[in-house]
Amino acid sequence: MKLHEHQAKEIFAKYGIPVPEGKTAFTLEQAKEIAEELGEFPLVVKAQVHCGGRGKAGGVKIVKNMEELEEAVSSLLGKTLKTFQCPDGKPVTRVLIEKATNIDKEFYAAVTLDRSKSKPVLMASAAGGMEIEEIVKENPDAIIIETIDPELGLMPYQARKMAFKLGLPVKETAKILLKMWEIYRDLDASLVEINPLVLTKEGKVVALDAKMDIDDNSLFRHPALAELEDEEQLPLQEREAKKYNLNYVKLNGNIGCMVNGAGLAMTTMDIVKLAGGEPANFLDVGGGANVEQIANAFRILMGDSDVKVVFINIFGGILRVDRLARGIIEASKRVEIRVPIVARLEGTNAEEGRKLLLESGLNIIPVKDMWEGAQKAVELAKNAEGSC
Amino acid sequence: MAIIVDKNTKVVVQGLTGKEGSFHAKQCLQYGTQVVAGVTPGKGGQVWSDDEGKYNLPVFNTVEEAVRETGANTSLIFVPPPFAADAIVEAADAGVKTIICITEGIPVRDMMYVKDYLKKEHTDVILVGPNCPGVITPGQAKVGIMPGHIFKPGSIGIVSRSGTLTYEAAYQITKEGLGQSTAVGIGGDPVPGLTHKDVIEMFQEDPETDAILLIGEIGGTMEEEAAKYIKEHVNKPVFAYIAGITAPPGKRMGHAGAIITGGKGDAKSKMEALREAGVIVIENPALIGKTIREHLSNPEVMAEWD
Repeated sequence: MKLHEHQAKEIFAKYGIPVPEGKTAFTLEQAKEIAEELGEFPLVVKAQVHCGGRGKAGGVKIVKNMEELEEAVSSLLGKTLKTFQCPDGKPVTRVLIEKATNIDKEFYAAVTLDRSKSKPVLMASAAGGMEIEEIVKENPDAIIIETIDPELGLMPYQARKMAFKLGLPVKETAKILLKMWEIYRDLDASLVEINPLVLTKEGKVVALDAKMDIDDNSLFRHPALAELEDEEQLPLQEREAKKYNLNYVKLNGNIGCMVNGAGLAMTTMDIVKLAGGEPANFLDVGGGANVEQIANAFRILMGDSDVKVVFINIFGGILRVDRLARGIIEASKRVEIRVPIVARLEGTNAEEGRKLLLESGLNIIPVKDMWEGAQKAVELAKNAEGSC
Repeated sequence: MAIIVDKNTKVVVQGLTGKEGSFHAKQCLQYGTQVVAGVTPGKGGQVWSDDEGKYNLPVFNTVEEAVRETGANTSLIFVPPPFAADAIVEAADAGVKTIICITEGIPVRDMMYVKDYLKKEHTDVILVGPNCPGVITPGQAKVGIMPGHIFKPGSIGIVSRSGTLTYEAAYQITKEGLGQSTAVGIGGDPVPGLTHKDVIEMFQEDPETDAILLIGEIGGTMEEEAAKYIKEHVNKPVFAYIAGITAPPGKRMGHAGAIITGGKGDAKSKMEALREAGVIVIENPALIGKTIREHLSNPEVMAEWD
């Protein structure tokens, strides 16, 4: 689960990490009130979206007076912000308004999991302001890494060492780094990132931005954090899918995929691509897909107007395929399905399942393997696009 | 021989009396696995029976008792996520040397502590999972939730991060007239017990395994680490399939660990690393079984590994 910058900054402030003074506005009126409260210009207006590359996309604006503030806030609130990381855009429902900072130097700092060691790491770089992906690509040596022992936690010497290497005021910086670790640990974060961490012209160290991801699996023990989730940042279908406990990710193609199991679901996307098509989504209906889940999955796929054909790829294990076929037939009665369905059913009782589908009178094309299914789906999708 | 589980495996099921535990314990018993006990705190002294009353197992309050009374040497865990870390540590402290954790949804922080603890206190314990289908040595023991009938005894070792994809691959292999020595589901979480590399090391040393199939996916660097190991230490043919070439960065693909982050973990770099290590990377997932059979039945190709 992703947190907004303003939510992460509120947590930072609570832990004693310096952040610029500011507040969040959901309306223009609130924005003006906040500006008055802050009592000085210039101010910075920052769109709150779950997406990187916000600055370059015009999501961060410096304003010198009330008029400029109104203009900036109006140009952001209620709009969709498209960035290079989110070409489809994210809705801006709130803006963070902050006092401007006199930046001298920008740095990068983050605590995250090093999966190859199964241990947390503190990473930092003097190349702040850039996305970490860019730093990794362009100058991996510019990243300083300290591995954290899970039992001991980040040791003060490690934080000091890093501050010395970065050339930042040691006491203040080490404190910030130690607090980042505490937040990571206490809140089951999967990422605590400050980019940029800045040294101001006044010689202070401040978290100018804040990014936090929380481990979804830990939310049962953080009910207050769970409430911070801004579902509007998720595409509509993903929100729906979440309600039904389905794993769904929207992609840009026109072949809707419905699969049991995450690995096979990814594989299905890949084979569609290999056959010359574009998957419309990742969709895992779970290892034990039942009628209810299949019906919900259809509902979500049909909600995506890009979908021209549905490719069902099910490997029945303990779950018998004939039962699944009945589920598909039943679900197709409940949900209006406006596109052809290619169904590859394999595993236990597959023969029986295929027969059921053939006899159902539905527009379902049974195929014998994944490759044939992918090719058939691609062909149908191309025909459908051609006829429009 | 095979690896991790065999006919001498004696299983204690932690969470036996729950719905999942009951269902799959029965399936394992039907396969012929020696399931000898269950553990559910507070239900010690009861006798568990499957829904048809065919199998009966003693239930204990603690793993320690179960081990003492039944000689269990392997634990199969179905305990819900908030309590799963506790269950793993309990099994390890009770002297169980092979722990297979099926549970999906354990917080990463819990697994980080568990892995750290096992590394420091129980270096001889093998942890498989969590969020995995388990381990099967066809014809000997099934300790997990996989459909047993699609596996056949044979000489191909499978190691995989995905459940259904393992079934898919095993089924294709079986249909080609081949079989599996052992299939190990290492799970889809960011902090797993055994890694690809660990299992490949076991297969390399297993005389009953002639070839290895690695099934990987986006996220992390486990496949790259396996590639490095293969290059230096493995002289058996290794095949690989990597899922998620079309997965966009920053999006979690179902499994908690299947996510490309910080410019790391995409399918392409994994495939490249494996190819560079001499692994036969299969691009079409429908051709996993066929590719393996063709290679293994071609003496010229096989000569390369002699």
